[in-house]
Amino acid sequence: MLPRKGCERMSVELPFENPLDELRKKINHLRQVGLDQRIDFTDELARLEERYKELEEEIYSNLSPANIMHLARVHQRPTTLDYINLVFTDFIELHGDRVFADDLAIVGGLAKLNGVPVTVVGHQRGKDTKDNIQRFFGSPHPEGFRKALRFMQQANKFGRPIVTFIDTKGAYPGDTAEARNQSEAIARNLYEMALFKVPVICVVIGEGGSGGALALGVGNRVLMLENAIYSVISPNGAASILWKDASKADQAAEAMKITAKDLKEFGVIEEIIPEPKGGAHRDPAVQAESIKGALWRHLQELSAMTGEQLVEDRYRKFRAIGTFAELTPAMSETP
Amino acid sequence: MFKDFFQKKKYAVVPMGANASPDKAASEAEERPKREIPEGLMNRCSKCGNIQFTKELEKNLKVCSTCGHHFRLNAWERIAMTVDEGTFQEIDANLVSEDPLEFPGYKKKLQQQTDNSGLKDAIVTGIGEIGGFSAVIGVMSFDFFSGSMGSVVGEKIARAIELAGEKKLPLLLFSTSGGARMQESILSLMQMAKTSAALAKFQDEGGLFISVFTDPTMGGVSASFASLGDYNLAEPGALIGFAGRIVIEQTIRQKLPDNFQTAEFNLKHGQLDKVVHRKDMKSILTKLLDMHAPEKGVRADVR
Repeated sequence: MLPRKGCERMSVELPFENPLDELRKKINHLRQVGLDQRIDFTDELARLEERYKELEEEIYSNLSPANIMHLARVHQRPTTLDYINLVFTDFIELHGDRVFADDLAIVGGLAKLNGVPVTVVGHQRGKDTKDNIQRFFGSPHPEGFRKALRFMQQANKFGRPIVTFIDTKGAYPGDTAEARNQSEAIARNLYEMALFKVPVICVVIGEGGSGGALALGVGNRVLMLENAIYSVISPNGAASILWKDASKADQAAEAMKITAKDLKEFGVIEEIIPEPKGGAHRDPAVQAESIKGALWRHLQELSAMTGEQLVEDRYRKFRAIGTFAELTPAMSETP
Repeated sequence: MFKDFFQKKKYAVVPMGANASPDKAASEAEERPKREIPEGLMNRCSKCGNIQFTKELEKNLKVCSTCGHHFRLNAWERIAMTVDEGTFQEIDANLVSEDPLEFPGYKKKLQQQTDNSGLKDAIVTGIGEIGGFSAVIGVMSFDFFSGSMGSVVGEKIARAIELAGEKKLPLLLFSTSGGARMQESILSLMQMAKTSAALAKFQDEGGLFISVFTDPTMGGVSASFASLGDYNLAEPGALIGFAGRIVIEQTIRQKLPDNFQTAEFNLKHGQLDKVVHRKDMKSILTKLLDMHAPEKGVRADVR
């Protein structure tokens, strides 16, 4: 596990970790006192470390959906480019939609997974404020979705499997995005992804928000990191629409069933990829290894299928999603 | 202690006010019929304020005779206006929403929507004829849950698309929706993928899909099947877009022009094939169906 740096900032983002930070501070203080005053606190320190481990277990094994939402959004959380560099080799980044612009909220290109050429594409959040502004905080404009589509169509043409990383609060809500037909850009990706004759594997690595996430999400397999979230609208957005109060996001996070566990139960995702204790940002390299393992396993399975079988498999997966009741005519009197 | 006491007393005043108000409300209600237009007899245009007889308005296909504003139609009104009389046969009429997330208040709200609209969910689908041409037709209704798309809407559209594929019939969908139904969260989001995948299959095999945007079509409906027509038509003045005006204004910190996200705005930006007045809708649809009929030109005499 990485040393806990920047505790103060983190405690703002992840308030549920505060008790751990407090205890760590006390341990460090006691250790310092021991050194300064030459008192032997070995037993006490051992007990405190023991307690720390217990507390850690308690906190991380009982994360509420709201806590998970905060973890999914923590600013140190590894991004698409981090995973591209850790999971794949020989990455060649490509740019642009060939029509309008190069939307930096989407990154992608060619790379090798265990030596096999694939196309990889994903949402890219910024690492700092400047980067975030350039990348529109990972929220694509239509040209971003069209850029992603161009890469994926290329993969389909050359028979390369497609891997997508999903990490966005949603499509960019701006006037220029609307003027260039945000709706069509998203819809077109859903349509085209359904027809690809190559394996498509999607991984939700952080926040999967709305149509902007789904536009990279029509895969034969959809995997999700343990502390990632995926929903129709951000919990903040839902809270402001439903209860006219965006600060009730935590409450909305509970109600909306946004965690990997919930989505697995609904049959929306195939697999939950475990995270290191405390979240993916604690050990990106270990996280990347487990992502790589899962991708490879699913790719092997999918590679056994023909193009037609892959299309059919994807269709069946999405066709089956939804919960409704079908009344028998006797049960329902038409008004 | 004293503070608490006073605060409590302050609260105690509120029920007195509330007690007083029912009388007031009742007296207002008594007066209302005298002051306002008789319910149902006349209608006020929400755009220009013109008051017209309901019968006149209905004769005019619910289009304001003064400013041309297209009033919203519910599913059955639109079916009556568009589909040849006596030809519409509803399918999947008995699909109803469940509450998979046990979302607070959802069940109750569903019941209210049914009570208000007489519909079981936000879309009616079926087979009918338009200008003599058979088609699978789906019509969304804004008066049920703001036309939002949950599992039932997604399923009914997917079934309609599959039926059109099986019977080799054209598909027409009239959209109106506030977007995805939040109360079904991820399941409603996935209906976007489900309907689009079904359309991909259908259109890839040569199926004809005509999409008609009506006021308003936003969010997840606009960003899935509604935008995927071989022909995308819209009624005049219809609000069409992905993100809502308020969200966009907050993001860009600017006021948007009044015509933003209207059918005319979208036409100008290359997003629609045609904006069609309600009185011309049926004849345009008939012409399009005619030009795609298996025996081309045979029925070219249709209006």
